[in-house]
Amino acid sequence: MEQFLQYFIYIPLAGFLISVVQNKKHEKTLSAIAIATAGFQLVYLVWFLYQWFLIDFKILDIKQFTILKTPQFDFYVDFYFDITAAVFLTVGTILKFLVSVFSKFYIHREEGFKRYFNNIQLFFFGYTLVVVAGNFETLFVGWELVGITSFLLISFYRDRYLPVKNAMKVVSMYRLGDIFLILAMWLCHHLWHANISFFQMHETKEYLVVNEHHIVLATFIGCMIFLSASIKSAMFPFSSWVSRAMEGPSSSSAIFYGSLSINLGVFLLLRTYPFWEHLNVVRVLIALSGILTSLICNSIAKAQPTAKTQIAYSSITQIGLIFIEIALGFHTLALIHFAGNAFLRAYQILVSPSVLSYLIHHQLFKAPVLKKIVSNKWVNSLYILSIKEFDMDITHYRYLWKPFKLIGTFTTKIDTPFVRVIFWLLFILGIYVDINEESMNEVLIDSLVSIFSILSLLLILRSFTERASGKKAWNRVVASHLFIILSISLDNHIPIKYLLMYSGGIFFFGLLGYYALYRLSKLEDDISLDQYHGNGYEHPKIAIMFLIACLGLIGFPISPLYIGIDLMLTYIESHQYFLIVVIALSLLFIELSLLRIYIRLFCGQHKKAYHPIAFKSS
Amino acid sequence: MKIDFFKEDHVLEELKHYLPSQTPLKDFIHHNSLHAFQDQTFFDGIFNASAIFGYHVTLELNEYRNLFKQGRINKQILEKTIIEYKGNANIQEWTDKLLTGTYDEHKEARIGIFRAYWKKCYNIDLNNKVQPLLFRVLCAYLDQGIAVSNFPVSEKGFLATLRLMEKNSFTSFFKSTRVKELFFNEAIQLKDLLSLLVGKEELFERYLFDQQFSHRGWSGMVATLETRPDSLFERRAINLRDLIHFELLLEMDALDRQFGQKWEPLGERSLPAFEEIFSEVKRSELQEVLMLFQDAFEWSYYDEVLGALLAEYKTANDERPNPSFQAVFCIDERECSLRRHLESTDKHCETFGAPGFFGVEFFFQPENGQFYEKLCPAPVTPGYLIKETNKKEKRKHDLLYEKHAHTLLGGLVYSLLAGWFSLVQLVLNLFRPKMSPAISDAFAHMGPASVLSIENTGADQRENGLQIGFTIEEMAQRVEAQLRNIGLIKNFAPLVYMVAHGSSSANNPHHGAHDCGACSGRPGSVNAKVFAFMANHKSVREILATKGIDIPESSFFVGALHDTAADEIGFFGLESLPESLLLQHKQNHIHFEEALDLNAQERSRRFASIDSKAPIKKIRNEIRKRSVSLFEPRPELGHGSNAMCIIGRRDISKNLFLDRRAFLNSYDYATDPTGQLLTNVIRPIGPVCGGINLEYYFSRIDNHKLGAGTKLPHNVMGLIGVSNSSDGDLRPGLPVQMIEVHDPVRLLVIVEQDPAIVLQTIQTSADMYQWYINEWVHLMVLNPADNHLYRFLKGAFTRFNPLSGKAPLLGNADELIHLGKEMQSFTIEDATQENLPVYALK
Repeated sequence: MEQFLQYFIYIPLAGFLISVVQNKKHEKTLSAIAIATAGFQLVYLVWFLYQWFLIDFKILDIKQFTILKTPQFDFYVDFYFDITAAVFLTVGTILKFLVSVFSKFYIHREEGFKRYFNNIQLFFFGYTLVVVAGNFETLFVGWELVGITSFLLISFYRDRYLPVKNAMKVVSMYRLGDIFLILAMWLCHHLWHANISFFQMHETKEYLVVNEHHIVLATFIGCMIFLSASIKSAMFPFSSWVSRAMEGPSSSSAIFYGSLSINLGVFLLLRTYPFWEHLNVVRVLIALSGILTSLICNSIAKAQPTAKTQIAYSSITQIGLIFIEIALGFHTLALIHFAGNAFLRAYQILVSPSVLSYLIHHQLFKAPVLKKIVSNKWVNSLYILSIKEFDMDITHYRYLWKPFKLIGTFTTKIDTPFVRVIFWLLFILGIYVDINEESMNEVLIDSLVSIFSILSLLLILRSFTERASGKKAWNRVVASHLFIILSISLDNHIPIKYLLMYSGGIFFFGLLGYYALYRLSKLEDDISLDQYHGNGYEHPKIAIMFLIACLGLIGFPISPLYIGIDLMLTYIESHQYFLIVVIALSLLFIELSLLRIYIRLFCGQHKKAYHPIAFKSS
Repeated sequence: MKIDFFKEDHVLEELKHYLPSQTPLKDFIHHNSLHAFQDQTFFDGIFNASAIFGYHVTLELNEYRNLFKQGRINKQILEKTIIEYKGNANIQEWTDKLLTGTYDEHKEARIGIFRAYWKKCYNIDLNNKVQPLLFRVLCAYLDQGIAVSNFPVSEKGFLATLRLMEKNSFTSFFKSTRVKELFFNEAIQLKDLLSLLVGKEELFERYLFDQQFSHRGWSGMVATLETRPDSLFERRAINLRDLIHFELLLEMDALDRQFGQKWEPLGERSLPAFEEIFSEVKRSELQEVLMLFQDAFEWSYYDEVLGALLAEYKTANDERPNPSFQAVFCIDERECSLRRHLESTDKHCETFGAPGFFGVEFFFQPENGQFYEKLCPAPVTPGYLIKETNKKEKRKHDLLYEKHAHTLLGGLVYSLLAGWFSLVQLVLNLFRPKMSPAISDAFAHMGPASVLSIENTGADQRENGLQIGFTIEEMAQRVEAQLRNIGLIKNFAPLVYMVAHGSSSANNPHHGAHDCGACSGRPGSVNAKVFAFMANHKSVREILATKGIDIPESSFFVGALHDTAADEIGFFGLESLPESLLLQHKQNHIHFEEALDLNAQERSRRFASIDSKAPIKKIRNEIRKRSVSLFEPRPELGHGSNAMCIIGRRDISKNLFLDRRAFLNSYDYATDPTGQLLTNVIRPIGPVCGGINLEYYFSRIDNHKLGAGTKLPHNVMGLIGVSNSSDGDLRPGLPVQMIEVHDPVRLLVIVEQDPAIVLQTIQTSADMYQWYINEWVHLMVLNPADNHLYRFLKGAFTRFNPLSGKAPLLGNADELIHLGKEMQSFTIEDATQENLPVYALK
């Protein structure tokens, strides 16, 4: 029975791969593939569920294959199936099927028909992978796929300013959530001294023993999981990204933000429940966040005067309730609630344009009784705050991103040729120390490790705030990666082949991206980052090449960097909190900086106005 | 002496003049998107608009060149055009320029240049800081019923309401205390705020233009609501001044927040010189080239039509002594094909065209309706009210659209119970689409068997300043005028159908744009029923008889509604039809149905999801399903491809296949020797047909700036408009799904009458004359006295000889569905290849 789990992954993957190689003009083929993929998956799922029913819904787990094995680290793909997976898979597959049928007509003749379906296909693959994943490593691959396809679908109308700007906003929040998940994975690894599957987590004894000994560490892990889940599921104060994300065609918004993607936080909590079940701090946190979210977002939802933001906030309100249900242990209720909410909101977003004729009609026959201004200051304050979405966006900017921007701006000031020479000298020194590690003073090594990790962070922040040149920003991302390797490898004996794997990936994608920028700079003189250029309009091929290079350097699962990064992290020891935090931050900003370069150079309003171009306000 | 540079009222008026004037979407009234430039000639106007606001106003040069290569810009016509504008001597030079010249096509707009210096000087993006909050507050204030808890209203206006709210709360719209004080200071004027923000008074106007045009959608909506508060059901006191006031405060707040009070007004900075916004625009050579191309493109099509028209022209009517029935349709170009099919299924019937409100103007109040709906052309303000009673159909509700779904507990119940129900709904609609309460249903506008208060029987029957119903005298006037206008004053058939039209569509905020333009973007069913009642009224007929219009007792008028999306027809008032006529009606109904089948088949050639070669009944069914499918962004193609308006007898166009591109207005020159009737006939043509045509023209040419972009990501804002994204500006204009098949050509009005009479007619009002003299529509006269065409140009009619002759003969109707190529993309060369040339019919 376990052997059959893997096909849930292969079907969407095959669907995606077949879709990618189609001619973009063949609308019928593309939509047929998408419908067939989901349809086939649905039939397979029904058969599978029946078989599963015959064995009394026994929890399934299988270690499918190992990708890489080192003494400390066994990177393997694991599949797991229980009632949670069953519900999420069923809801996801049904919705994917229906939305594919819907989109066949809806997206007809849209510029980017193929892009749309490819993204939906890839998303479906990622979503399924998350749902049937048996360990964090497998889950994380899917998690990343969902994140990046979100980014690409929000910025689907890439020639307009707002979709591109908002895609960046959303992906920043997503990436922040990813970083918490990375931290959780790293801590888990040290807690168990191995990477552990969800099934093992479920085997009660093992973790109880661990928990008693490492209650602080375990609580910490629980908090990381909670943070990651609450960002993905848009709990307060992270809720505002959902309404910003409603930029793509309604059909994609329906499946991403109305129903599936937004519920992955719920899934993560249910999946890791055995782990934090006995950690009261975590349970209380989850319940409190659920209560706070459902109250605040309910107030926001009621004040929203636009169709899609109203649905976004009313959906989050319900997910807040689901968080409470999970914390209380009512998992069956949570699953039913999730399914109902997902179907309802997906439907509401799909039909949101109908709201106009329905409600105008309604108004014609039943004039609403309008609320007058009241003197109760609390009521008014709450209303004004709700209209302003509790200033969440501004707060995120001010407290999450602005401090880093300030540091970045500062680094711009000190980025002189002299400083650059010092950086390279330091780098060479680092390599020298690394090679002759045995003969070196331990204190020296320790401080160099910290220094190099900070340098990598400074480099990436420099890149993140670079305005003058795309190439400069790109080079600093590559340099930042190199400093990360250096700092991790300094005090560890990392076999040379792993170092080569990591740096090889950097080298390959670094060159590819540089080549794309070089080509672009030959064609267009100006590749500065202080404006949007929209070069994708004239140079779509360079845009794709550059996007692939970016995904490679981000450590997207197409790149050896993905394993490299995971592997490197395992070499960071459990006491090196400072190092892991700095490196996690670097990884966060590497993604943001790369996507920023991509969207500024290739997306947004095209700078050459010889053809119709959208206003900046759209 | 101090010069007063800034005259607030004047600047506000100017702003309102140039801002888009689209009303809330519930009434969709087509109009010239560049109406502000209509006092200039077409090419001057559009090129000025382009230089000032950055709009694209013609196709791109390479698009014209491709059209030329495809032969859709005719070589001979191009030559003729060049000669006309540039003279015989320069023909080679200009041909080279057109076909091979290289030009820099990049456009810079004047708008926004000054205000952009905030970004350049201070590195602050004020739009990003201000607009999200501004739009949200504005949308919440204007919201007509999306929000569960509405914006607390007060009648005192936008700014006063905000002050009240702020006073009564712990939180604020602003952070800066200085700005808060300014906000509460009611003595503060725009001028004071501008002094703080801009400094130099001579730059105030420029600043406000830059600012308001950074979100022309919302500003235009506010300006429109200020002048026409009745375009909302729930009126909101708002004006542009308040909006600007609030926005200026928000801008200052953003600056204070970033820099404390350490910033100096933008106008005080030393900035490089920039052009005055309305200073003279010099015509570039590129623009001359584009103009020649556009003109040649238009005449390439017109010439074919005019040639064919002339070749088929006969001054005498075909003999039809006893028409089997007569049907009066709207002039709408979508009815052009239905009329053709009807005439082919019943060779003895006669069809007419008249603006679809049928000359009866009134407000309509549906039963239990809390508000009135206007059912006549937008510029008309009716003094009459028609009330509906005894409606048989109950208004249906759809649980999934109710507001409880969006509250905490309601949402909980909904998710647990209705979630699965919504899944079933979705599956049903995907695989078996059918009508539901959330779909706008043209036939639901009025209960087919409801009682209408058409006849006014006493002076006391008034409501809110409106007279309920029409008196006999008023009815007779309207019936007479209408019948005379279309030349139907004798030879009445036993059954005369008044066929109004409307359009059903699902998931479509722009549904109003598909309804009848002459009924303010609503179905015209009530008008049809009202007119039929009037024309059947015994006393009315008596009066008509005294004026020479003798409607025999055996003739009966029947109101009807054609759903242009679903291709369905419904008839009203059949219950009062005499037994003998009922049989005849049944026979006619069969012809109507056959014609609708054919019409559906003809339309289907443009729909990728329907196989036009399938059995005809199946096609008809597919067409019907389209109009109720949630996933179908193109229930119909609206007025896409409209290009002409023919004012004359049906006989002059009857033998031509015009591919649903012509508005057809019946008018018989023989009954109007002095041109008395023509004034009324021709008056609405500019605003209605010209408005439709130019809105399609500009939305097609620059769908990003003058159109609404693609429908798919649209978000409904406060039930008044749509925007992209949750923080975006409103998007007036037409979405891409409506305009993709449209050839951007101006309207060619063809009138069958003596040129002298036409000239005299169009000069009766300056507004009307402007359309023609400034060439926003073309005017051509077919003179029955000498069988020649005359073109109106620069104030006079001159003889026009088309290069084209008789159109090729179209074998049978089936043939045409195979003629058009299926479009592959949105680009003009591709998308409009489906548009067929003119053909002659047997």
